[in-house]
Amino acid sequence: MEAPILEMKNINKSFNGIRVLSDARFELRKGEVHALMGGNGAGKSTLMKILTGVYTPDGGSIRLFGSEVQFRMPQDSEKHGISMIFQEFSLVPTLTVAQNIFLGREPRTRWGFIDDKKCEEMTRELLSELHVDMDPNRLVSELGVGFWQMTEIAKALSKNTKILIMDEPTSSLTTKETEVLFNLISRLKQKGISIIYISHRMEEIYRICDRITVMGDGRHLVTDDVGRLDMDTVIRHIAGKNIDSFEWKRRAGSSNSPVVLQVSGLRTDNRVNGVDLELRQGEVLGIAGLMGSGRSELLRALFGIDRVTDGEILLRGQKVTIRNPKEAISLGLALVPEDRRVQGLVLEHEVKDNILLPSLARKRDVFVNDKMEKNLAETWVRNLNIKTDSIHKSARLLSGGNQQKIVFAKWLANDPDILLLDEPTIGIDIRAKSEIIETIRRLADEGKSIVLVSSEMAELLAVSDRIVIMHNGKSRKVIAREDIASEGDLQHAIQGF
Amino acid sequence: MPSKGSNVFAALRHFNWRQYIVYIAFVGIFIYFAVTLSSDGFLTMNNLLNIIRQTAIISIMGVAMTFVMSAAEIDLSVGSIAALSSLTTALALQSGYGILGAIVAGLGTGFIIGLINGMLVTKVAIPSFLVTLGMMGIAKGLAMWVTQTAPVPIINETYVYIFGSGNIGSVPVLLLWTLVIVAIGHVMLKKTAFGRRVLATGGNPVAARYSGVNVQRTKLYVLIGSGLMAGLAGMLYAGRMHAGRYTFGEGDELSVIAAVILGGTSLFGGVGTVIGTVIGSLMIGTINNGLIIMGLDVSQQNIVRGLIIILAVAFGRKSLNK
Repeated sequence: MEAPILEMKNINKSFNGIRVLSDARFELRKGEVHALMGGNGAGKSTLMKILTGVYTPDGGSIRLFGSEVQFRMPQDSEKHGISMIFQEFSLVPTLTVAQNIFLGREPRTRWGFIDDKKCEEMTRELLSELHVDMDPNRLVSELGVGFWQMTEIAKALSKNTKILIMDEPTSSLTTKETEVLFNLISRLKQKGISIIYISHRMEEIYRICDRITVMGDGRHLVTDDVGRLDMDTVIRHIAGKNIDSFEWKRRAGSSNSPVVLQVSGLRTDNRVNGVDLELRQGEVLGIAGLMGSGRSELLRALFGIDRVTDGEILLRGQKVTIRNPKEAISLGLALVPEDRRVQGLVLEHEVKDNILLPSLARKRDVFVNDKMEKNLAETWVRNLNIKTDSIHKSARLLSGGNQQKIVFAKWLANDPDILLLDEPTIGIDIRAKSEIIETIRRLADEGKSIVLVSSEMAELLAVSDRIVIMHNGKSRKVIAREDIASEGDLQHAIQGF
Repeated sequence: MPSKGSNVFAALRHFNWRQYIVYIAFVGIFIYFAVTLSSDGFLTMNNLLNIIRQTAIISIMGVAMTFVMSAAEIDLSVGSIAALSSLTTALALQSGYGILGAIVAGLGTGFIIGLINGMLVTKVAIPSFLVTLGMMGIAKGLAMWVTQTAPVPIINETYVYIFGSGNIGSVPVLLLWTLVIVAIGHVMLKKTAFGRRVLATGGNPVAARYSGVNVQRTKLYVLIGSGLMAGLAGMLYAGRMHAGRYTFGEGDELSVIAAVILGGTSLFGGVGTVIGTVIGSLMIGTINNGLIIMGLDVSQQNIVRGLIIILAVAFGRKSLNK
């Protein structure tokens, strides 16, 4: 067997004394597609950031094409032929495909001006080599997401890339675009380019990858050929014996309580394509699915952010139309959004003003009542154990966990009946996480109804009474919590389409 | 002005460093002129009232602009609106509609233009910078057109007394107008739900919308408010100058924006202070006044004023980063 072109060994990395990688390793052969898998926080992205020079490792070695290398910054890694295609693409939408591909490295004429003709020609060559049918002179902003990705890949190849890292490349693609991408990947393989393929989608991985590496808790768990590593084994490794896993506490049943929210045949122009669900009072309804399956978009539709094009929403038996968040709020809904910094908080404003915002938005009184506001803010800072010196501190200065608690506080202060939670524990430390999970339980016990979208299986399993599986914008299955024995079971259900 | 003094101190306690700087700069400049120009009459009551008369109109437009900029928008048309409104007011008086008619004409002009600005920004989604840049030209052109650039004299003594020229005792009416508008503006921004919605809209429009704030309507209201206050400014120009004229308010948009920024309102929205704006406006007025007394000619005045503004903002920024 030929020697690997990339070997990462004993890689260690800590942030603020917390170890995120311990003796991690990874290897890659020439012309192979190698899947890198693992749950959230397994260390995949940290390892890739080390490989691309974004982070420097605390210890360990990287051997590339037989010689030891050290990357201090992204340019170092790029010079050695490593490129990464990001989930959020890094193109300039107002430039053409050709201009983007050669941005900063434009071919010059004799006089030192940019040679647009040559630039276009080289792009055409590059694209035809990849069998991609795309006009080099089209503005990137006019192209679909799939073509953005093609442009990124072409850009990487124009830099003589030997190793291409793709992070969830199909999450925002249509089925057709995915096929185009897979064809492209097999051509890249033939050209001897190696691909590190980060994904949670088993079906894709078994279709296009040669080997799989699974990481967990910052460690290497297993590496083997896809033929010798069946899906059950992979899932068992990913689910692992999650030490942070939260115990499921069976709650007093909500199965007899009245239905507060009933959705049927819901569709929007933004990925929601036929969702049915029922939420009972005092119930926690989990929503599970792969990235791009329309989970967050479902919540956006229910909260009046995305326009509903078809289907019905019944609230306590009444048909409702929700055209904007204001209407959603007045119907007793609340949304803890996916991105707290962009959608949840006015970061520069003080904790108090953030907590009071939804209450202010709907109140009819002209004047604000300083004393009442102060009391309300202080009550919620105490209730949710938000760590801040004062309610007048700017939200920007608080930790992620405490920021997320502010987002919870601002809605709870408004006393909603139904809470829509979108990845409520993303990017926060384990302590704050368990506090938030405890809060969700308490709210359900108090009779609030909760829809919980999460990519963390452990979290879904810890608090959900029932779990809806979503796939391609559709709700496919509803499973009662007691029928799920393990994280593996849930993974199977999510992958099982 | 004891009430203003206590306002400043109350404000000082709440504001962060960036917002302090205008108070410090103002006091510093004031003391500097008071000492060096004491024998030239800077500190006489007459001169101080003069400063207030000269800054009143900028302060009034500044109050509304504070709301606009807090909502992360801008209004470049205020100077031209003031010019047009001075003429519509004067024409209404000339045609015998009386003071009530003059008020309707002056404020109505501002309201309608503010409404058009607001609709274009919120419904057609053109950035306010471009909408109001265009409107600046349109309103100015209209002001020149209505009377073929001829000024319209005002002979209604009651009007000119109330709107700009009068004194109650030794207190100029303009000072009362300023105090009333500033008080209303300050309370609206700090103590009403509307003010909070304005700040949230400017601070993070997405989070504001997700929290149920009608971001578009909030922007519409602040632009209408700005038009209204520019209309009032035009009426005050007319009262002070006993005429309507298309040159009134020329370049005021820049003085107003400078006063608002100096006062500590963020150019990017989300942070705003009405009291700061007034101090910013007074500071610019004091500099203008002091430099004239010092005997600097117009070219030198411009340079020194520009330098002081840049320095004040630079110090504000620096302390923000700490």
